[in-house]
Formats: sequence, structure tokens, C-alpha cells
Amino acid sequence: MTERSGSESGPAHKTLEIGIALLIGVFGLVVIFGSLKAGINWGAEGPRAGFFPFYIGVAIVGASAINLWSARRDGDGRLFAEWGQLRQVMSVVVPTAIYVGAMPFIGLYVASMVFIAWFMRWLGGYRWLTTIAVAVGMPVLTYLVFERWFLVPLPKGPFEEWLGL
Amino acid sequence: MEELANLFHGFAVALQPYNIMLMIIGITLGVIIGVLPGLGGANGVAILLPLTFSMPPTSAIIMLSCIYWGALFGGAITSILFNIPGEPWSVATTFDGYPMAQQGRPGEALTAAFTSSFVGALFAVIMITLVAPLVAGFALRFGPAEKFAVYFLAFCSFVGLSKEPPFKTIAAMMMGFALAAVGLDSITGQLRLTFGVTELLNGFDFLIAVIGLFGIGEILLTMEEGLAFRGGTATINLRVVLQTWRELPAYWMTSLRSCLIGCWMGVTPAGATPASFMSYGIAKRLARRGNNFGKGEIEGVIAPETAAHAAGTSALLPMLSLGVPGSPTAAVLLGGLLIWGLQPGPMLFVEQKEFVWGLIASMYLGNLAGLLVVLTCVPIFAAILRVPFGIIAPLILVLCAIGAYSVHNSTFDVMLMLVFGVLGYLLKKCNYPLAPLVLAIVLGDKAEEAFRQSLLGSQGSLGVFFSNGLVSTIMALGLVALFWSAIQEGYSRLRTAMA
Amino acid sequence: MKPFILNVALAAIAMSCANGTASRAAWEPARPVEFIVPAGTGGGADQMARTIQGIVTKHNLMKQPLVVINKAGGAGGEGFLDVKTSSGNPHKIIITLSNLFTTPLATGIPFNWKDLTPVAMLALDEFVLWVNAEKPYSSVKDYVDAVKKAPSGSFKMGGTGSKQEDQIITVGIEKAIDTKFTYIPYKGGGEVAVQLVGNHVDSTVNNPIEAVAQWRGGKLRPLCVFDAQPMAYDEPIADGKAWKDIPTCKSQGLAMEYLMLRGIFMAPKATKDQVEYYVELFKKVRATPEWQEFMKSGAFNTTFLTGADYAKWVEAEEKRHQGLMKEAGFLSGN
Repeated sequence: MTERSGSESGPAHKTLEIGIALLIGVFGLVVIFGSLKAGINWGAEGPRAGFFPFYIGVAIVGASAINLWSARRDGDGRLFAEWGQLRQVMSVVVPTAIYVGAMPFIGLYVASMVFIAWFMRWLGGYRWLTTIAVAVGMPVLTYLVFERWFLVPLPKGPFEEWLGL
Repeated sequence: MEELANLFHGFAVALQPYNIMLMIIGITLGVIIGVLPGLGGANGVAILLPLTFSMPPTSAIIMLSCIYWGALFGGAITSILFNIPGEPWSVATTFDGYPMAQQGRPGEALTAAFTSSFVGALFAVIMITLVAPLVAGFALRFGPAEKFAVYFLAFCSFVGLSKEPPFKTIAAMMMGFALAAVGLDSITGQLRLTFGVTELLNGFDFLIAVIGLFGIGEILLTMEEGLAFRGGTATINLRVVLQTWRELPAYWMTSLRSCLIGCWMGVTPAGATPASFMSYGIAKRLARRGNNFGKGEIEGVIAPETAAHAAGTSALLPMLSLGVPGSPTAAVLLGGLLIWGLQPGPMLFVEQKEFVWGLIASMYLGNLAGLLVVLTCVPIFAAILRVPFGIIAPLILVLCAIGAYSVHNSTFDVMLMLVFGVLGYLLKKCNYPLAPLVLAIVLGDKAEEAFRQSLLGSQGSLGVFFSNGLVSTIMALGLVALFWSAIQEGYSRLRTAMA
Repeated sequence: MKPFILNVALAAIAMSCANGTASRAAWEPARPVEFIVPAGTGGGADQMARTIQGIVTKHNLMKQPLVVINKAGGAGGEGFLDVKTSSGNPHKIIITLSNLFTTPLATGIPFNWKDLTPVAMLALDEFVLWVNAEKPYSSVKDYVDAVKKAPSGSFKMGGTGSKQEDQIITVGIEKAIDTKFTYIPYKGGGEVAVQLVGNHVDSTVNNPIEAVAQWRGGKLRPLCVFDAQPMAYDEPIADGKAWKDIPTCKSQGLAMEYLMLRGIFMAPKATKDQVEYYVELFKKVRATPEWQEFMKSGAFNTTFLTGADYAKWVEAEEKRHQGLMKEAGFLSGN
């Protein structure tokens, strides 16, 4: 897991800065748009629902415009991260996204088992025995603590239905 | 002196073996609840409330309030070890606690956090014992305008601290405010910024944002560096507790200040979360090594933890004497009182002496028991950092997912958590400060609500924020805090000009 | 802790075996039943739900656990939509308050009570007009005179939530005595009562349970109850006065009546057997001394309705809310 790819290339820090500033700016525009729908004026009894969000939206757009401007001037050619590093990050983000996305359908327990097993086996390089012990043990313990002990139901799927839990 | 006699009677009640057993069970459950993100104190107490139904009220409240102390202690553990606050009020603890753990000093950070928690709680309980009726009367003076002033002060004492570019700070903070505004507007009863999406009816919960931004974001940063969690070399024996204790008395000033801030915020009742942020902000300004805050300064752990615990404890006072909960957990405890047929309010202290003083005595004993339990576990907690990253990382991710889910029982929130995680990673890499964003999510809607309630009452006149001595003083303090650095600079310039 | 988990696990196994043999008669839950509360933890509905959970656990009224879940988002809209979309799931029930009507009307959330299956009305929550005890008015007449004398809108009425029951009552009073209040919404009933004690508002329409402690403490004074007849509880509370001694508002010349539903609904498409099971369950709950104690502490109106009577009551109440909210201008899109 500690191996580094030899390449020293990657996306420029500047590009990312500009991207983030734009993203935040767009978010600000969405907020402004939503506030307009809620009503932004100062009614007889103080501000209406959209009053504060509107000016917050304006401040977001303003601040990110300035950030955008300073990001464009920034020319030291730093890298945001190396491609190899980003690959490492994505190797967590992508499976987590699949895990989270699958949860409403197959339930939390089965998804967690597969996710933990995948992580330990492929990223951690553990033996199957250790992997399976942790991957099965943790969701079972979770089930006992949350569902049986604290009576907090967690999302379940067809497998739990079949088991009658 | 009648109070003292009552208190000793209370000790006798609390020290019955049955009650001591409940106390220890409560503390242990509370620590577990505090550690599991999402299953916070309020949820935990609510879940266990029906279990206490068949106990005598005094025993039940002893157990439930011990769960509360346990959760207050437990919230600090994950903050320090993994940068994941289990409770909103332990967010400020991550700022210096997590760096300390990374430098191989998790035991020191945990000991400082637990001890400060205890000091804060003890201070608050002593205050409750001695001046309960006086303080309760003070809380009555807090209308919407006064509450807004308190939020304003909490906010001002925290902002203007970050070293990041100012416009990035503003952008981050405003994003927090915008996220806090999503959902139902409590003043007009109107939905806003939901764009017809059912999942957004809830708005953006603070805990989900924090679990994502701090917890998941940190794991992604660690992956990028290709490193394991640092801190594996931590000393894991109990000697660290004694070593840390030898250091702590040097920070008595910070502790005392944080106790006062905490008690005040708990009674008003603004709650533990703003108290912890405010106390951290003020400590950073006033501490000699203030510039080192955020890099693993022990004082940066002491300040928020002391204040949070003092506030959490003193929040029970307005609950008992007025029936106004000072925190979500206190709200649930209040429900418990009503279920057991006890009516909180001015008469409770007169009519239910045994209950009230039993509870107060259990605060002393419960916190002491809690401190002993968690301190003996410090080596165990610190040892968690020795678990290899390949095992602990997926487990943390799964726990984060469970936490995010159980806040509102919604899988949408789990997805949101991941989005916040990626966002947290990107923002941190691009030098946007996350703390103002989080603070704005916590305080944003409450501050807006109080502001608009005040204007409703004053029929639109802003003068309400300076309409009496109390509110004007708090507002003025807020302004001083906001322009502190400018004032400091002006003062030093003045001095050089005079010389 | 270990033995505890083990015990629970064993109990669970034993329980599921027992279920296997017992499932011949009428319908019974096969899994834990989710009890949705469309409001936050600590509020009136939450208290009632958790009391019921406690009673069910203590008296062993159900073989499966009853699990209380709060879904408060969007003034409870989240909880209603959750039950609405769980069509045919008999393991989900919901306790309602007036937001059953007000939330869809005020926010335009696509939901109507007819989407759910009505089970039973457990009780009705009373509303009382309260003023600070330091104030000179001791009767509704004094109060109304004072309100009318003050400049329009300078009298502050505190209440819980916006465009919900408290504000509807406020609008009703405004119409009845032809005046104007400034309504200030707060998060919870206890906070409202304390704001009244602190003189930050001039009057409130708190539920009995929210303000009773302050009444006993001599800080607040009840003027009248918004019900057709006085409350039934004659145990003295303060100054030798009981809930029963509070006159109805109507009898004092303030023509406004309002009661809040505390009722149970199920997910859509529930069978008759399933509804019957829950009706029986709540009948057993109502018979316990704990429930009666709880009713007394909150001075509830203990009307119990099921089946068609219940549906008819809800229907009439919905019409009334529609009318009241339309007049007040609270409907969404206004």
C-alpha cells in the first residue's frame, strides 16, 4: 500500500483551485435561485424566508469570484497530487461509492461484509482467514449492538428478509 | 446549610448499591453511545428511556444522566483518535486532539480531554449545588434578542482566527450558512432551498457534514499519502496519565475561563457546542502559545472539553428548575421526568427534594466514576491506533456510514456523507478552512431563528439588540471579539507612538 | 456486557421459535414494529410514543419489540411520506399530531391522511390560554379588554412552530375578538412557557403538560380552555384550583375551540386483521395504570375512537383545518 508510482506528473494545483472556486460559485447561484423562490424581501414583520439565504448566496458568489481571480493568477505550477496518489484516493472513493449506493438495495450488513472484505484483501493484502473473520464479525457485532441491544433498525435487504431478521 | 444536609442525604440515596450499579452501567453505555458516531447522547438516552420505565424515578434518572456523562466523555475518543467527532461538541476537540494523536501523543490528548471534562463538570455541579435558584432566575431574562446576542458572541469569538486566505474563509463559512438554511424555515413554516427533493426536507444535519468532512476526508488524505495512521508508536501504559496530570495545573487559567464560559452557555441555554467553539476561540487568542493552536497544543484540547462538559452539566439546571432543556439530550431527559410523573419547574426543588438532590449527588459520583472508567481505558483506546490501517480504515468507513444513517434513518444521508467526504478532501487540499463551515452549520439556523423572533417582537426594529443592559453588553463583547486583532494592533501602534 | 448480548441473542432465537408455532391464529407482527414519530425527540408526541413503548415493554403486550423512530424533517412531512411509501408493510405505525393536516396544507408536500390506514384515536390534547401571573387580568374579559386597548399587533402571542396548531388558535382568537396579535414561533412548548414567565411574550396557548409546572409555581395563570366542556380532572393543582375549574373559552365570550389529535395510523393497504391487532394492543395500553397516570398528568381528553368513527372525525377535522388555514392565508403557494 505504501508503494508510490514512479511518475511525477499529475493535475496542476491551479486547475483544481479554479474548479473548486467555480463549483462553490455554482452552489451560490443555486442558493440565490432557491431564495428568490422563497421570497427575499423584508416583510412587515422582519425578513422573509429567503432573505438571509439570498445574501448568503450573493456572498458565496462574490467570494468565489475573488478566489477564482486569485487562483488564475497563481502560477507556481505546483501539482495538486501525483496521478499515483490520486489513484490511491480513488481506490477508496470508488468502492465506498458503490458500497453506499448498494446499501438501499442489499442492506447495510451484506454491503459492509463485501466492502470490508474487499478493502482488507485488495488494499490491505490480508490472508483470507483474517479477512473473513473481520468482514463477518464486524457486521454481526453491529447487528447485535444496534438492532438487539439499542433497538435501532439499520437498512436491511433481501438476505435479511430471507433469514427472517 | 440546608442544601448541604440535602446533598448528604442525596449522597446516601445515590450510594445505594443498586444505584451504584446503575451508575456504572449507565457510564459504560454512555461511553459506547458517545463513541459510535450518529448514536449521540440524545438518541441514546431516548432509546434507553423506556427501559427505565419500571425503575423508581430517582434510580432511572441516575442511570440516564450517567449515560449522558458517559456520552460526553465518549465523544472525545473518536475525535482524538480518528478526527471523527462522535458528538457535535467534540468537533473543537479534533482541532488539536487529532494532531496530538498523530504525533504519537494520543494518551496525553485523551487524558487531558477526560480530565478537563471532569473539571468542567465538577465546576458546574458545584455551581448547581450552591447557586441553583439564583442562576435559574438569570435564565429567565433570556428572550430571543439575548439568545441571538449569545450566538453572535460565540461566532465572533471563533471567526477571524484562521490563517487561510480571508475570501476562502468567507466562502467556506457562507456555504455552511447556506446548508443550514435548507429545509423548513421555522419562522414562516415554509420550505426553502429543497427544490422539491423529499430527502432535503430534513436539511443538512451537522453530524453528517462533520462525519464526511472530517472523518472521510481524513481517510482520503491518509490514502493519498500512502501512510498508515500515525501514532502507532504511542506509549500505552497508565504512566502517561500521571505525566499528563503533572502538566495540567499550568493551564489553570484556561480551565477556569472555560468553566465559566461553559456554565454560562449551559444556563442561558445555548448548549455545549457553541460553548466548546467559543472557549477554543478565546483560548487561542489569549494563550501564550496561541499561534501553535491547531498543531497539537494540549491547551487546545483542555479549552473545548472543559467548556463542553461544564455546559452539558449546567444545561440540566434550567431543565430542572424551568423545564427548558439546554441541549437535545436534556430535552429527552425532560420527557423522561414527565413520563415518571415529575413536573420540572419551580416546585421540583421544593416538592421532590429526594429526587433532585439524589440527581445532584449522582452528578458528583457519576462523573467521578466516569473519569475512573475512561482513564483506566486510555491505554486500550490508544492501542486502537496500532491496528493496521488496512483493517481499521474499512471499519471506520462502515461505522461512519452507520452513524450517518442513524442520525435520521435515511440512506440518502449516507450518500451525502460520502459527498461531504470528497468535498472535505478537496477543500482541505485547496486551503479552505473547514471549521468556520462547520460552525456555521451548527449555529446558522439557530442564530437566524433568534434574530427573526426578536424582530417579530420588536416589530422590525433593530434597536432590540441594544434595548437593555444585558443584550447590549453581550453584543458589545461580540464586536470586541470580532475586531480583536484590529484592536490589538491599534493598541500596540498606540504604544509605539507614545514611546 | 458480553452475557447481556448473549442473553438477548438467545431470547431473540427463542422468540423467533415461539413465533413459528404461534402464527396460526389472527395476525401478529413477525418482526420488530417501527413506531414513527413525525416530530423531534422530547416533544409531546415523542413523549407519548415512548410512554407507550415503555408500557408495552413493561406489561409484555407484544411479542416483538416496538421501536420508536423520530422522523421530524419538514414539520413531520418526512415521517408521513415514509409511512405512505411503505404500502402493505404492517410493521410500521405512526403517531400523529395536528401536523397530519397542517404540514401538507402549509408546505404542499404530496400527502393526505387518506393515504394511510386509520387505527385509533388515543386521546385529544387540550389547549389553555395562559398569561403571566404578575399581569392584572384574572379573567378572559380583562384579558380581551387589555388586548383591545393596546395598539394593534403590540400584544405578543408565543407558540410552538409556524402555521401549526398554536398559530391557528391565535388566528381563531384574533377573529373571535377582532384584534391582531404578533405571533412569535418557538421550537418547543416548554420554551414557550418559560418565555411567558420571563415576560418576553404576553400570552400563550400551551398544552396543559407544558405549562402546569409554572402554574403550580405561581408564575402563570390559566384563563380558559379551548374545549366544548371543562376538563375532567378535579385534583387541585394550584391555589386550590383544579383543571376542572378552568372555564371554557366559549363560556367566557371567546368563541374558539381546538383539540389536537393524538392518534395512530398504519401504512396503506393494511388488512383488517392487522388493524384489529393494533386496536386491541392500544386498548390494552389504555387499561394500564401508567397510561391513566400519564393522561392525568397532561390533563388529556381521553376520547377513544376506532374504525369508521375515527375516520369520520379525522375527515371533519381536516375540513375544519382547511377552512381555518385558508382564512389565515397559511396554504402553500400564498
